[in-house]
Amino acid sequence: MDAPAVSIRGLEKWFGDFQALRSVDLEVARGERIVVCGPSGSGKSTLIRCINRLEVHERGRILVEGVELDDDLRNIDTIRARVGMVFQQFNLFPHLTVLENCTLAPVWVRRLPRRDADARALALLERVRIADQANKYPGQLSGGQQQRAAIARALCMEPSIMLFDEPTSALDPEMVKEVLDTMMTLAEDGMTMIVVTHEMGFARAVADRVVFMDEGEIVEVAPPAQFFSAPQQERTRRFLGQIL
Amino acid sequence: MNLRSERVRGWIWQVALLAAVAGLLAWLVGNTLENLAARGIQVGFGFLDQEAGFAISQTPVPYAPGDSYARALVIGLANTLIVSAIGIVAATLLGVVVGVARLAGNRLLAGLATAYVEAVRNVPLLLQLFVWYGILTEWLPPVRQAISLGGVVVMSQRGLRFAWPQAHAGWAVAGIALLVAIVLAFAWRYRAERRRDATGSAPPVLPVIAALLVALPLAAWWLAGAPMAIEYPVLRGFDHRGGIAMSPEFAALAIGLSTYTAGFIAEVVRAGLLSVDRGQVDAAKALGLSPGQRLRLVVMPQALRVIVPPLTNQYLNLTKNSSLAVAIGYPDLVSVANTTMNQTGQAIEAMAIVMAVYLTISLAIAAAMNLFEARTRLVER
Amino acid sequence: MTTPAPASPLPRPDRVSSRSSRPPRAGLPARIRQAFFASRRDTVLTLALLALIATVAPGLLDWLVLDAVWGPQPVAACEAARGQGACWAVVWEKFRVMMFATYPFEEQWRPGLAIAVLIALPVLSAWPRMWNPALPGVWVIGSLLAFWLMGGGFGLAKVPASQWGGLPVTLMLTIYGIGLAFPLALLLALGRRSGLPVLRALSITWIEVVRGVPLITVLFMASVMFALFMPAGFTIDQLLRAQVAIIVFVAAYLAEVIRGGLQAVPKGQYEAARALGLPYWRMMGLVILPQALRVAIPPIVNSFIALFKDTSLVVVIAIFDFAYAVKKSVETDVVWKKYFLEALLFSMLVYWIGCYAMSRYSRWLEQRSAQVR
Repeated sequence: MDAPAVSIRGLEKWFGDFQALRSVDLEVARGERIVVCGPSGSGKSTLIRCINRLEVHERGRILVEGVELDDDLRNIDTIRARVGMVFQQFNLFPHLTVLENCTLAPVWVRRLPRRDADARALALLERVRIADQANKYPGQLSGGQQQRAAIARALCMEPSIMLFDEPTSALDPEMVKEVLDTMMTLAEDGMTMIVVTHEMGFARAVADRVVFMDEGEIVEVAPPAQFFSAPQQERTRRFLGQIL
Repeated sequence: MNLRSERVRGWIWQVALLAAVAGLLAWLVGNTLENLAARGIQVGFGFLDQEAGFAISQTPVPYAPGDSYARALVIGLANTLIVSAIGIVAATLLGVVVGVARLAGNRLLAGLATAYVEAVRNVPLLLQLFVWYGILTEWLPPVRQAISLGGVVVMSQRGLRFAWPQAHAGWAVAGIALLVAIVLAFAWRYRAERRRDATGSAPPVLPVIAALLVALPLAAWWLAGAPMAIEYPVLRGFDHRGGIAMSPEFAALAIGLSTYTAGFIAEVVRAGLLSVDRGQVDAAKALGLSPGQRLRLVVMPQALRVIVPPLTNQYLNLTKNSSLAVAIGYPDLVSVANTTMNQTGQAIEAMAIVMAVYLTISLAIAAAMNLFEARTRLVER
Repeated sequence: MTTPAPASPLPRPDRVSSRSSRPPRAGLPARIRQAFFASRRDTVLTLALLALIATVAPGLLDWLVLDAVWGPQPVAACEAARGQGACWAVVWEKFRVMMFATYPFEEQWRPGLAIAVLIALPVLSAWPRMWNPALPGVWVIGSLLAFWLMGGGFGLAKVPASQWGGLPVTLMLTIYGIGLAFPLALLLALGRRSGLPVLRALSITWIEVVRGVPLITVLFMASVMFALFMPAGFTIDQLLRAQVAIIVFVAAYLAEVIRGGLQAVPKGQYEAARALGLPYWRMMGLVILPQALRVAIPPIVNSFIALFKDTSLVVVIAIFDFAYAVKKSVETDVVWKKYFLEALLFSMLVYWIGCYAMSRYSRWLEQRSAQVR
């Protein structure tokens, strides 16, 4: 059996005196699509931000494709090369065009010749259907276009795992669908995805398993069919009652 | 004509305002001419050709009391520009260091930087200049017991003197070589970037540039005879001779302006760095960029946009603050103009010249700033 | 217990809520480590800085405090301590001159009281509870009181303005500099934004010319050229000339600050006010200016701080403000002349306290308005 894409054991994280993650265990297989949901402050974002070391965990272990995530800078770099991330606020670089946003990392980190980087970027921008915006600046794009550009930017580094931190929460409702559709085509192509979101329709359609977190710990994990129709835990039921 | 219409009322107000202003000006001018006539003072700039009759202590360009007022004012202007230029460079270097230090993780460093900024920003510049001037004139020993740092720097109440290489063609050649090296450095950087675009990897840039800037002038200096003769300041008579002289007034002004403005520049730099959204750094990290790359490609371009406008405002303030020279006796433009005013009574003309000069400098800097902002504005819908 | 999904069984998926445990590496030692010794480079830096402080601080402490001469002591004590300790006795010796300059000796309780009144006015204005229509009244009464104390008449001996000096002068120049410049600045800011070309041109000219030249030149102009501009025989007291020069100068800078505030008010506010039929000045007074000024208050406080420091420049036109008084108090005294540095440091301390207090106030204001929003 392959090594799992992401293996998290006994993860604990504090912000000062506040414990954000309490002994979290999770394993994500290759090609698996996980949706993480829960009330705000439950630690969902903190969890996925620990995976690519945007947050530093205090206890427990994280392994990404067999590589241990610790203070060793080389390991961190290796892991970041394999993991792509899409943020709630897009975080596109405003002083660069969409194309330059996408080619920045391949050129400077992977040392790709610019022509190859451009070609790859254009192909991916085509895939998320904003190739015609390649030479515009992020400030000129709508929210939905920016987020799709951000997805393309992450994909340009050819990650094997994609993390999504509430990718549609900052979008106007009419633009949520275009981004979710993009994420669905990504899932259909076999990408390992961990998605923090409130979009339960997406979870039902795409997820292999849904993880419910509350107060820093995983409360329930189940395939969507079971998660939505027969939640086992009281807290899960309460949460579902509030959002559905 | 509809008196109730806003437009018409607007025009009536303006005409009235113009009339009032014109009337006021006419009255002032009339009074002035009367008073000037009563004192026997000529109006006009003719006095500029008259003999100045006073000495100036710092003369970057040769000057003697027999020269004209015009020349004296030019000297004053030169002194202003020199001390401002040196102050701007020093303040920027110091200010950037302190500004970055304030954001450091090391609390001791951050604390010291904060203490520095709070100390210089809350005390009038004039008093700081008095302190520096006092230290340089009172606490430095008299000429006979001057402090000598290895003979290279000599400090006394008469000021500072630095050992300087004797004039020799070799240094000029080295200077030219340095300019050539700078051009070659740019060329190399350009070539390296083309290479990176083409193949993905680039030849080393910084080491080559450093080597160029050092080796080329060194080689030229060597080939031109390797002139090693240095002019050391030597005590002769009442003062040291030789080397480059820096009067205590100049030193006090330069040090005071630099340290004061550096405190403000530190705040500007800090605000600029803080203005870059944390998410930008997160995204750069997630893409795998190294800390140096993050700083250079993501943070600095965005921070500089925020830093440059207030930074040039500080440069402008420094230049205007150099006028405080009059309080410690450094012969800057205002100082010389003041002496001129006192001697000739041509107050209006002298002040007009001074204000025109400063206005020109201000407007030039403001224009350059507008140009910079227009070119680097982030493109939005 | 959930039935395990066929894909990958999860260890302990149904944990009951556990109690928080203490974060590792908490407490003081860990925090010190993080702050000062987080990495190898940090440790080296901390040690180097501590070494630097250790070499400089003891000598400085000795000179400033431990070996210094405190209290009203004769100059001989200072002579004895020369080079070893600071002569703070000069402050006691020269205190009256520094504070009140050339004011008649017996009447010096009056400027002392005036200082208290002049400090109380801005302090009261800074207190949010005082932000009501009574405030201008307080200012009028306070100002009259201060001027009466300084100038005399109505039961107090008259003291001409040419004899005023020291801290009261600095406070007056600052407070009335900003206070009287404010309405002027308002007009300039509105003028600059107005559609009337003449008004706009005049405003821009005033603002840009004044902001482009150093304060010293404006002071020189007021002092030297005023006599030329006025009809023969008409003189204004030197202090008043300086005050007018400062008002003209500050108005230009304040105008830009107010203009920034006006620009921060959303266009919709102007449109809504117009739609309600409010004439120009009503709109400004009731809708626009309150919002604009709220935004502009921190930079206005910063202007206050800057002006407080800049009043020291009246030295160059021989006005006896606090800085000049301090300078003159030791310069002209052969005996105490050597202790100029101590006197200077004292004056710097006074300015520092005032400016630092105001900057903290400004920061407090900013935080407060951020909360209100």
